[in-house]
Order: sequence, then C-alpha cells, then structure tokens
Amino acid sequence: MWVSPWLIGSGLFVMLPMAMSLWYSLTDYPLLEPPLFVGLDNYRRMWSDPTFWRVVNNTAVFAAVSIPVYTAVGLVLAGVLSSRVRFARLYQACIFLPTLTPLIAAAMVWMWLFNGEYGLVNRLLGLVGIRGPTWLVDSAWVMPALVIMSVWGVGQAMVVYIAAMQDVPRSLYEAAELDGMGPARRFIHVTLPMISPAILFNVISLLIAAVQVFAVPFVMFRRPDGQHPKGHFYSMYLYENAFIYGQMGYASAMAWVQLLVVLGLTGVLMVVSRKMVHYTRV
Amino acid sequence: MAMGGRRSSGGRRADPWRFVLHAALIAVSLMFLTPLVWMVSTSIKPETQAASGALRLLPEPAGKTLEIAAENYSAVWNDRTVQFPLYLRNTLIVATLGVVGMTLSSAVVAYGLSRVQWRGRGVVLFLIVATMMIPFPVLMVPLYLIFRELGWIGTLRPLWVPAWFGGAFNIFLLRQFFMTIPRELDEAARIDGCSHVRTFLTIILPLSKPALAVVALFHFMYVWNDFVGPLIFLSNRDQFTLALGLQLYQSQAGNTQWNLLMAASTLMISPLVLLFVLTQRTFVRSVAAEGLK
Repeated sequence: MWVSPWLIGSGLFVMLPMAMSLWYSLTDYPLLEPPLFVGLDNYRRMWSDPTFWRVVNNTAVFAAVSIPVYTAVGLVLAGVLSSRVRFARLYQACIFLPTLTPLIAAAMVWMWLFNGEYGLVNRLLGLVGIRGPTWLVDSAWVMPALVIMSVWGVGQAMVVYIAAMQDVPRSLYEAAELDGMGPARRFIHVTLPMISPAILFNVISLLIAAVQVFAVPFVMFRRPDGQHPKGHFYSMYLYENAFIYGQMGYASAMAWVQLLVVLGLTGVLMVVSRKMVHYTRV
Repeated sequence: MAMGGRRSSGGRRADPWRFVLHAALIAVSLMFLTPLVWMVSTSIKPETQAASGALRLLPEPAGKTLEIAAENYSAVWNDRTVQFPLYLRNTLIVATLGVVGMTLSSAVVAYGLSRVQWRGRGVVLFLIVATMMIPFPVLMVPLYLIFRELGWIGTLRPLWVPAWFGGAFNIFLLRQFFMTIPRELDEAARIDGCSHVRTFLTIILPLSKPALAVVALFHFMYVWNDFVGPLIFLSNRDQFTLALGLQLYQSQAGNTQWNLLMAASTLMISPLVLLFVLTQRTFVRSVAAEGLK
C-alpha cells in the first residue's frame, strides 16, 4: 500500500513514542533502572516545582511578546514591499537573507553582537552616547535580546505575507480607493482581512515553535553555573530533566503537559479567530 | 523593474514621501544585513583586533586582509580539536541520505493520498496533518530510548533513517501539488494499461519536479539547522554535525576566539546563501508555499 511508509514511520517514530511517553509520565524512571509506577506524582511535582513555573513563565512571556512583534513587523514590511515600490525585490532580498542563517550560527553571531563590552550593538549605541546594557547577562535585557533576534528572522513571514497579498484581487483596492481610502486604511480594511488565513496559519506555526524554543537560548544563556534564570525555557528544562538529571518520568510528564498546552492554544486560536478570519478561496 | 532609472520621471509626481520611504527601507535593509556583514568582518580580522570590537570593516593594515582571512579560515579548517571538515562530512551524509529518503517516501505516500482510492484515506490525511503539531520534545525521551534499544545512539542513523518514512508536512505539500495535476493524464495512462507504479514513475514524478525540489530544499535546510536531534542522539565528537560542532568554539571560560567562531559561522551559512542565490525563485516560492498551502 502506498501510504505504508508513513504508517510504519509514524507508528515507530510518533505513535509508539507517544504511548511510551504517556506510560513513563506515570512512572519514576531514573534511566538505568526499570520504570516504577507512581501514578500522578510527576504531575503533582510540577505543581510545586519553582523551576517548572519559572520556565513556564519565561516561555509564556517569550511567546506573548515575540509573536505579536514579529507578526506586526512582518505585516508592515510585506505591506510596503508588496506595493509598487521601486527596488522592492532588492529590499526583500536583504530582509530575507538573514533567515537562511542556521539558528545555531545566528545565536553565535548575536552573542558576539550583544557582547556587553566589545559587541557591535553597544559600540553603535556608544556612538550616539548611550551606554548599552550587558544584554545577555542583565536579567531585564535577556528577553528584549531574544525578541530582537527573532525579529531578525522576520523575512520568512514577510515572504509568506507578500505572496498572500499578491493574491488579493486588484479590483478590491480600486473600489476602496474610489471610496476615498488612503493606503493605510486600505491596508487595514482590505489587505489584512483578505490575507487573514495566512496570518492565522503563521501565528499558529510561531506559537508551536515558541512553546518549544530550545537551541538559541540553550547556547546563548549557558553559564558555568547552569542556565541564566531568565534564559531558561520549557524545552530546555525538559531536556535537562531527561538527559542530565536522568529523570525520564518527570520529563515525560512535562512533555505531555507541553503537548496539551500546544493543542489547547491552537484550539483556542482557531475558535477565537473564526470570526476574524476571512475565507474566500478553499 | 528598471534598476538605476531616474528618480522622478515625467509623469510621476515628485513625492517627498517617496524619498522618506526609500530612506527608511534602506535603513531597515542595512539593519537586517549588519549582523551578517559584521560576522564576515570579524572573521577576517586577527584575534586581538576582532576582540576589541573596533568599528572597522577591514583589518589593519587593510592591505593584509586576504592574508589574515586565509589564516583564519585555514585555522578553522585545520583545527584538530574542533574538526570542521569532519562535521561537514557528517552533515552531508545525513543531508544526502535524508533528502533522498524524504523526497521519495513523501512522494509515494502523497500519491497514495491523492490518486489511489481506498477507505480511511481521509482519516490518514487528518492524522498526518495532526502530527505536524506534536512538539519534538514530546518525542525526544521515548525516541532516545527506542534508538538506544536499537543500538543506534552514537551513530548517524537516528538522524536520517526516520526521513525514509516521509515527513508529515512534506507529504501534505506534495499531496496538494499532485491534486493540481489533471486527472485525465493518469486516467489516459490507466486505459493504456499503466499500473499505479508506472503512472507514478512516468507521469506524476516528472510533472512534479518543482514540488519535489521544494521538499528536497526544505529537508536540506532542516538537516543543516537541526540542533536538538544531534545533541540527543550523538554521543562522541567524531559524529557531530555542523550545528552541534559550532558550539564547541564557544568557550565556557570566556575567552572565545570570536574571529574563528565567526569564520566557522560564515562557512556554515555560505552553502545556504549559495543555494539561495542559485535557486532564488524556487526558494522564495517554497517558503511562501509553506505558509500558504
């Protein structure tokens, strides 16, 4: 049968792991010994684990700040660059280029740029007389640094939105212009509703990605004495529990909570957006 | 678009806003490019000049730029502890085996979902879309245990074997593309006595080259980027991929050699930039397709 590769693959690498994970989440499993059933203990432990709440909080703040900023910047750039601006393609290429950077290389480059003493960001701020913070060390600046870095990758969303905007029928804009709408109002009343399915899809993808953010903070905020408390995220703590502290059971329980949160948030977004998203084509 | 055309041609009104807009766009473009420019600039400076962060693009004396650059890049390439060529080789192995497997298997599954009639097709399609939402951390603990049971931990296999069973997103993408191929084509083939296998090989695949290229490109980028997979499944340095190897330059003690780290980063990014320049149209269209479907 044609779909058998996927059936076998997802059975082996998705369904079986999910079932195993659900079982382990109900056990105490210190890797080298067999799992021991403990009921809901792991879930109860999360409730009273301060580190768990800290990583939940950091992850939630990161998602809540970076997604709106990223989406707004992406939409504005797409709006400007999809109109008949001269050299639009050239500007697009400049903004898209950074998205090619592998995450880990991007993290390295930004660690250097954000270096408190010698980094380019603070050198440039120094030119205009501002004394830049020690970005990756100062608790107050960890989150802004991460958000700036994520906006650097906005080319991805911009390209998607430009493609969606090019599918909006010209006639709608002409009608709006006849009604006396300026460019800004046309963008808000015509463009945004027409591309809302693309926005919704993009926001959901961003949400799923933000909930599991790992590689960048993992290398950027590692310190000799552990992780920077503000640069510590959910997936990182899950990883530490599983592969450093050897607590497979607790890590699996965290994994299931993460899965339910992703499904729940996606569901909420779908329902809430039902009235705001405008579907014309299928 | 007429590059280098006159600023305001006859019919166009001379608009001060146009000037402001372009000034803003140039500033924004520069902001996006600066990190990459600074990365390259740092990579061609001697260690002390790089580390001082002085605001210069070229090293001093500028006449020795090429010499210093060659020195830095060969230092990265020939380093005995962080073995760039070896990591590159490992990454290429994973990428090649993965890309071939991913493209082939996703195409086969997508064919089954778009051209073969059978009960439960809708359910499978739904499941495929649903699995796209599962965060990797949910799977990483049990996958580690499964691969350990198979004796694959510390080999490259966990990084490419799963690709041979298709990827949910790629299957979906190809299925959507196959649906746009006129059915009359394969029905004609069927009347001529073509089996599904022959229809797939001689009609669907050749017509789908652009979509297959997109899947291949995506998977290549995925492998190049993947950090968590190698972090969990690889155990010794000989098997590291580039993404994992790059962090070895980062010194815990705080005396990172920024010029070498930036040179290694430049080397890691350059194939992707090259690929982008060569396949710009496919590339941008494919990224757009990812978000639109």
